[in-house]
Amino acid sequence: MDYTFTGSYEPYISPWDPCPPVKVKTFSLPPQLFMNFQPASLPQFSPAEALQHGSLWPALVDGYSKREGIS
Amino acid sequence: MWVYEKKLLYPVEVKECNPKLARYIAEQYGGADGELAAALRYMNQRYTVPDKVIGVLNDIATEEFSHLEMLATMIYKLTKDATPEQLEEAGLGAHYVNHGHALFYENAGGVPFTTTYIQAKGDPIADLYEDIAAEEKARATYQWIIDISDDAWINDSLKFLRERENVHSLRFREAVEVLKDERDRKKIF
Repeated sequence: MDYTFTGSYEPYISPWDPCPPVKVKTFSLPPQLFMNFQPASLPQFSPAEALQHGSLWPALVDGYSKREGIS
Repeated sequence: MWVYEKKLLYPVEVKECNPKLARYIAEQYGGADGELAAALRYMNQRYTVPDKVIGVLNDIATEEFSHLEMLATMIYKLTKDATPEQLEEAGLGAHYVNHGHALFYENAGGVPFTTTYIQAKGDPIADLYEDIAAEEKARATYQWIIDISDDAWINDSLKFLRERENVHSLRFREAVEVLKDERDRKKIF
């Protein structure tokens, strides 16, 4: 899959905006939005990995991190 | 800025004095899932959603204010010349002591409106899902008011308002789909 779990947009920027503009704003589009019903037989993590990620299914993990620019 | 038209969005005909029904309608006037909560919620969230869906929030917030005005007309007319005894009998004794014949933003139980009913999370998906839920809860509230009311004229207006909740719910769900289409592609280096 060549999509991320984020969306982004370029907000209107006024020449009179008082703060330095953020030119691209990013927001979360978590995996559950694209999976109205979870398909059967999806690949699974090992129990240890599942515990770390919070889900048995990699397809439900969006790897959120501050580094991705959402805060 | 808004332009005001001095007429109601949809006709409100009040044929009889019925303070008890006014009290029930207050749930949609100043209750948690009411029109005031809806209007304030969308009007405030619109600043921090992606540009493509600002207009949906703006339009629906504006319409909610016109719904609020319809409900205010109903409540005002249903209680206009009611005596204190009639108000007390309808469970509005405490309301009369505090507010006289004035309207107030409170729910059917007399609990005053609070902004803790609404949220602005700053996450577009979280906010739009709250908005969808709010519309469905408002639809249900209208159902229960219609069920308990035997005033055919008021019910006609309430049925119109209930249908608008269906339309708004769909508009918000469409807004979610619009945002899903904005999904970023993975950068390949």
